[in-house]
Amino acid sequence: MAQPNIIKLANGQKGNLIKITSINLDGVMRRRLLDLGFVTGAVVEVVRKSPLGDPIAFRVAQTTIALRKEESEKMEGELVANGE
Amino acid sequence: MGNEYRIALAGNPNTGKSTLFNALTGLRQHTGNWAGKTVSLAQGSVSFKNKTLHFIDLPGTYSLFSNSKDEEVARNYIVFEKPDVTLVVLDATSLERNFNLALQVLEMTKNVIVCINLIDEAEKQGIRINERLLMNRMGVPVVKISARNKQGFPVLLDTIDRIVTGEIECHPTQMQYSPEIEAQIGKIEPKVREVVGDRISARWISLRLLDGDEALLTELAKRFVPEGVSG
Repeated sequence: MAQPNIIKLANGQKGNLIKITSINLDGVMRRRLLDLGFVTGAVVEVVRKSPLGDPIAFRVAQTTIALRKEESEKMEGELVANGE
Repeated sequence: MGNEYRIALAGNPNTGKSTLFNALTGLRQHTGNWAGKTVSLAQGSVSFKNKTLHFIDLPGTYSLFSNSKDEEVARNYIVFEKPDVTLVVLDATSLERNFNLALQVLEMTKNVIVCINLIDEAEKQGIRINERLLMNRMGVPVVKISARNKQGFPVLLDTIDRIVTGEIECHPTQMQYSPEIEAQIGKIEPKVREVVGDRISARWISLRLLDGDEALLTELAKRFVPEGVSG
């Protein structure tokens, strides 16, 4: 088996499905993201990216949430499907 | 009179909490889905089986960890004002997201009814919900409703009635944390209980303190430390 492909959420491409493996944020922002469904083990989909790549819209827990790069680059996950 | 009860409505934004509130109480409260809209608490009453049920519409939030004013208002009401029953209104079409709040409420207070709204919409989408299984897992009554069609209201009111009369006893399921966290809870909980007694869940407060919730600590100091006494 190939090594799992771990990428930052910020580097996901449109259509990618990413299974979150780590959330390297603290305090209120971490809490907020957990509340919104960005939890370890959750699979999020990259719905679309802004022209300059920031913000990025993710599909998480049946809702679309846009995150700034400041947050999305601090979360990592395994690329489970490329989409497209 | 001893015949008046307060029922708080909690839920995520856009789960139809206010629709339920309006349909039950006949008030025309308007709330939007932007932050801070339902900040003052709307209240309305219903008579049912010789009782007066006062419904309180709390701000819609995704969480109750006081990340915002809304969450703080909702949390303080549930914890400190101690409504007789807390109704957690969930959107049947996105339960995964909604259960976060439900589990938080189960940790905070005992008398909880989980009210699954928009059940008509969910059924249209082919979602089937096994409320018996949910009831077993959560230890509190689960009622499926459609607020806009007033579907499920008799069962809901009857369930509220049976909780306030003590006919149904709720045993909300408590989350178990890692052994490390449980050990810390074990240390703090008895001390917390000395201060707050049985009025508030000492386990819940211990958890919040472990999480470093200073806003809650300030709130507790305001409510429990007699004047003139300082830490």
